[in-house]
Amino acid sequence: MVAGTVLRARGVDVSLGGRRILAAVDLTVRPGEVVALLGANGSGKSTLVRAALGVVPTSAGEIRLFDQPLASAPWRRIGYVPQRIPAVTGVPTTACEVVRAGLLSGHRLRRGTRAQAVAALDAMGMAALAHRPVQEMSGGQQQRVLIARALVREPDLLVLDEPTTGIDLGTIETFVATIDRMRRAGTAVVVVLHETESFAAMLDRAVVLRHGRVVHDGPPPPARAEHARPEHEHAHPHPVEPDGVLGDLVGGGDA
Amino acid sequence: MIEMLTSPLMQRALVAAVLVGATAPVVGTFLVQRRLALLGDGIGHIALTGVATGWLVGALVGLTPADALALPGAMLVAVLGAVGIEWVRARGRITGDVAMAILFYGGIAGGVLLIKVAGGTSANLMSYLFGSIATVSTTDVGWTVALAGLVLAVGLGLRGALFAVSHDEEFARASGLPVGLLTSVLAALAALTVTVAMRVVGLLLVSALMIVPVATAQVVARSFARTMALASAIGAAVSVVGLVVTYWQDLPPGAVIVVLAIVVYAVTTAVQHRRHRPDPTVDPHPDLDDDVRVEQEA
Repeated sequence: MVAGTVLRARGVDVSLGGRRILAAVDLTVRPGEVVALLGANGSGKSTLVRAALGVVPTSAGEIRLFDQPLASAPWRRIGYVPQRIPAVTGVPTTACEVVRAGLLSGHRLRRGTRAQAVAALDAMGMAALAHRPVQEMSGGQQQRVLIARALVREPDLLVLDEPTTGIDLGTIETFVATIDRMRRAGTAVVVVLHETESFAAMLDRAVVLRHGRVVHDGPPPPARAEHARPEHEHAHPHPVEPDGVLGDLVGGGDA
Repeated sequence: MIEMLTSPLMQRALVAAVLVGATAPVVGTFLVQRRLALLGDGIGHIALTGVATGWLVGALVGLTPADALALPGAMLVAVLGAVGIEWVRARGRITGDVAMAILFYGGIAGGVLLIKVAGGTSANLMSYLFGSIATVSTTDVGWTVALAGLVLAVGLGLRGALFAVSHDEEFARASGLPVGLLTSVLAALAALTVTVAMRVVGLLLVSALMIVPVATAQVVARSFARTMALASAIGAAVSVVGLVVTYWQDLPPGAVIVVLAIVVYAVTTAVQHRRHRPDPTVDPHPDLDDDVRVEQEA
């Protein structure tokens, strides 16, 4: 293999609370690729990204990030937007403070500067609220803060777990534009989605999970009619090179 | 007043009170953020076994006074117990609250048992349960300065990382932060704070000094950093005022300090509530466009 991989999971099993959530899952993401993880509720999408980032333990299989095992992964190059907004506690915390936590990674425990955090918030249209407590923000605004926390590292791999849930359409457009800019600059993206619509234009591949197994790994579901119209600007017209993982997919017309 | 400040006993007590009052809320802010507000209380219970263990060892090797090892014993057992709670919690084998309950009651029972074995009585434990700042010795002040300095240095030095794990443990894990190590450090800091504060407010009221100033600060502050700074100031202030009150009135200092802290909390909450009645005519999101336009009645 010539180029390295950004994320590589092989034969991953995850059991939580005595239940097998993932069974022998393979997932490979190459530099600059945008991969959607699709599947019904409970199919294991979130568990797969959480296992890939070391949040939940695996019971079998191997995970490598940037060709390194988890123990020595280059965490600085990875940005993660969790699905759930952490339970808001009573201690007031500004958006800026939350985003600065994103500058810590691995054994790097210094928080960087306030200016870096404000710049990341600005990319999400949140600079004006940088010093407002997140407790006073709406769900959508909090979600944008979490996205800024992932972007502040300028990651080479962005992992998003249902990032558009609870966000209004205008913000989704800004967000998708930001992601698209990062993708063009070479950032790989793994995004857990319920429906591919807002990301359809830039997806290179879709991986569909069902009952903890991969049932499809190949082209994303076709974009809806309006995306095919000539006046619709495609951020990313066609999938990538026809080698490698794209080879073995065509059988799974699942999505 | 001058007389009070020139009394060596009062000087020692004031130093201990300021340090403990300022340090405890720093750790407390992280604990509140982690929703572990009662951890300090539990560690206080466990520390009782430590006090008695120190006493027992002191008696066995024939030290005078017999409680010379009470503070080191409390420190050691409290740190082990706190890190143990964190370990059990992280493994998720049994639910955190049940694990804590077992450790806490075990801590009290162990303390009462061991003190008896050491030839003392439960009454000997009273000064640890309710504090005895009036009997603070120069050695005690030395311990307090050293431990409070250590807790502040680690707590403030690692505040970015401790904030990250306290705020969102999942994100901290996905960032490759040493989450287990950091939560253990926080538990150990809480345990050290408990043993430092033991002499001032007593093991039963330790948690109050860690948590109540934070509860007060978060009513008015608008950021984590401000909450911590304000809580620390409130903690130091109520500790000093409480101590001064007991110089003139024969009252138990620990209880006075905690009651003061709660009064400050109640007044702050009441004032804030009055000042910030929500105005129903204000749009909470003036910067956002309406994304639903009502064209006509359906």
